[in-house]
Amino acid sequence: MTSQPTNWLWLIPFLPLLGAAINGLIGPKMSKGLVGLIACSSIFMSFLVTLSYVLFRLPLMEENQVLLNTAYTWLSIGNFHADIAFHLDHLSAVMCMVVSGVGFLIHVYSIGYMGHDPGYSRYFTYLNLFAGAMLILVLGANLPLMFVGWEGVGLCSYLLIGFWFEDNEKASAGKKAFIVNRIGDFGFILGLFSVYYFLGKVDFLGMVHEVEGSGRDTLLKGWFDLGSFGIPSVVTVICLLFFLGATGKSAQLPLYVWLPDAMAGPTPVSALIHAATMVTAGVYMVARLSFLFSLSETASFVVALVGALTALYAATIAITQNDIKKILAYSTISQLGYMFMGVGVMAYSAGIFHLMTHAFFKALLFLCSGAVIHGLGGEQDIRKMGGLIKKMPITGWTWVIGWLAICGIPPFAGFFSKDEILWMAYSHGYRALWLIGFLGALLTAFYMTRCTILTFFGESRLAEGVHAHDAPRSMAAPLVILAVLSLIGGLVGWPHHSLFEHYLGGVFESSEAIVAAIPKPGMPAEGMLMILSICVAAFGILVGYFSYLKRPDLPGKTADAIPQVYRASLNKYYVDEIYNATVVQPILKTSDRFLWRIFDVWIVDGIVNGVAGLFRSVFAEGLRRFQSGIVNSYAVYFLLGALLVLIFMMLP
Amino acid sequence: MTVPLPQYLLLGAILFTIGAVGFIARRNAIVIFMCVELMLNAVNLSFIAVSRSLGEPAGQVFVFLVMTVAAAEAAVGLAIILQVYRLRGTINADEIKLMKW
Repeated sequence: MTSQPTNWLWLIPFLPLLGAAINGLIGPKMSKGLVGLIACSSIFMSFLVTLSYVLFRLPLMEENQVLLNTAYTWLSIGNFHADIAFHLDHLSAVMCMVVSGVGFLIHVYSIGYMGHDPGYSRYFTYLNLFAGAMLILVLGANLPLMFVGWEGVGLCSYLLIGFWFEDNEKASAGKKAFIVNRIGDFGFILGLFSVYYFLGKVDFLGMVHEVEGSGRDTLLKGWFDLGSFGIPSVVTVICLLFFLGATGKSAQLPLYVWLPDAMAGPTPVSALIHAATMVTAGVYMVARLSFLFSLSETASFVVALVGALTALYAATIAITQNDIKKILAYSTISQLGYMFMGVGVMAYSAGIFHLMTHAFFKALLFLCSGAVIHGLGGEQDIRKMGGLIKKMPITGWTWVIGWLAICGIPPFAGFFSKDEILWMAYSHGYRALWLIGFLGALLTAFYMTRCTILTFFGESRLAEGVHAHDAPRSMAAPLVILAVLSLIGGLVGWPHHSLFEHYLGGVFESSEAIVAAIPKPGMPAEGMLMILSICVAAFGILVGYFSYLKRPDLPGKTADAIPQVYRASLNKYYVDEIYNATVVQPILKTSDRFLWRIFDVWIVDGIVNGVAGLFRSVFAEGLRRFQSGIVNSYAVYFLLGALLVLIFMMLP
Repeated sequence: MTVPLPQYLLLGAILFTIGAVGFIARRNAIVIFMCVELMLNAVNLSFIAVSRSLGEPAGQVFVFLVMTVAAAEAAVGLAIILQVYRLRGTINADEIKLMKW
């Protein structure tokens, strides 16, 4: 943490923002090719800048050192200081690589996918704006700047979900995402205020410094100054507030409801924002604040528990969905749950590792689904697909790689990261969480196999007149690159020799001492659990294989055998309906019956009209008589006035 | 023979009163206008008388100012009356109740 040499970190978020500005201002006047070129090259340049820092600058620094770039003094009020400052350490480097790298691939893919859309330049403006905001979020050196990025990506998410806003349903999906996220942001902001109140610092380096020094005792005290048993400590409350923010942005229980609806946006958007990058912001935040979370076992346990429950819960919904994007959406929620389970059991690098591999294979799966939807002219129902692997081989085989990766079959990327999380949960003593995650892995393998078989294998159930075609080259190239990454991306996290964990070691140094102090129960060999994981994944795949390829009548019979369960899952456990009845309708009713018809009409308007009416009846009714319009009477008042002044002046 | 100051002031007061009463009581806009001029000139007379009696030229300077204002006022006022007549066919102040609630 020495003084920093000059650097150009600000370029990383600036370039995509510049691209957004160009495309937003003069995009509609430019040709489509130029718009696409500006959008892709701006994010690609920012990828190159990131890469150059990662390759040439970071290796020269000490492990726990941070590259800091203060671009501008932003807020400096009293002893509150927040700068437009960027902060590159190994953690934000990984995130930056993922955001700009995967982001670039999806930009390229979008050129083909959105080629015929009339809102072409608007789309790329939003997409570039998103990339810029996400990079600000990742690189921001203090909480307020992180919050700017946090809100920026939320805005872009809203704009892109409702991209086809002529469709009322899609516009409402955007609104839903925005409003649900507000609930989480409320937690983030309260957390930010609390951090400032108790630590007096909002930049990460300063916070770490405080936590390691004098601030630690403040944080560990009870939230209320009663000192009695059972009151959560300051750090627990702060962490839970931040985690509330994370549940909103990263679609965890109970605020996950917006993500399935977010699939109304264009598919590349679902891949970039609602699978690979934005929804992982919550995980990144928890990892970034690991020095706080590791101080509170309670808060960490809540994070892990919510993550594990979400992982299982979303998987049970994904089993019965028929919309290919909805399946992937619930799968994303489930995988995000695993990431939270990882960071919740204080295995921060495992959580970030899964974040990275998930970004590869889930972006791949989404882009494949986009290629399928594109190739079938907008069809999203997997019951009307089947046998597509022959008609679209590139999409099909890259999907297969993504499928094996998410199921957790070695040596694909998902295996290493998911297994690492499960192993960490187990070895840190959370065996119940391990079991939940384990069941979730079984369901994941099953529903992804179902989706794969119904889409790409078996008999073709295409509607008449649909001519499936494979993705054009600009869409196929990103698929292939992501497939390669999904295939080999996990190898950097080889168990016990994890380059990835070593790479992030310096970042989580302050929390590692605490993790090391956790008593570890006697454990069976890690290999046993690993084999168990592989077995359960294989079992899930086999069950899927038998029930959808060999005996296609089986799923229907099972559903008929337990109709209540099936319908509950198909209807997403009626959570939307429950929220509607318990939250939305009461607010609407209160607003309508009380706030509008009573409070607004009688109290607010009443005060305004009452005051005005009072003055009218008391003064105006009398005064208006003077204004007769007759010039002569005005002259009399005039004269009387003059006389009055005269008399007043002549008074002694 | 010089006329003493009180007589000037008395004449001024009489003229002013005539003007003021006419201003209030008459209905013809032009007559009202003339009454205003009468009041102005009554004041002018008082100014000059007091000015001479005190040997102080400032009062006479004021009179020029008042005359200028009166001239400008006559130009604007007569133009308004002319337009009102063209528009409404009358210059009876009672019938021109434009400024009314």
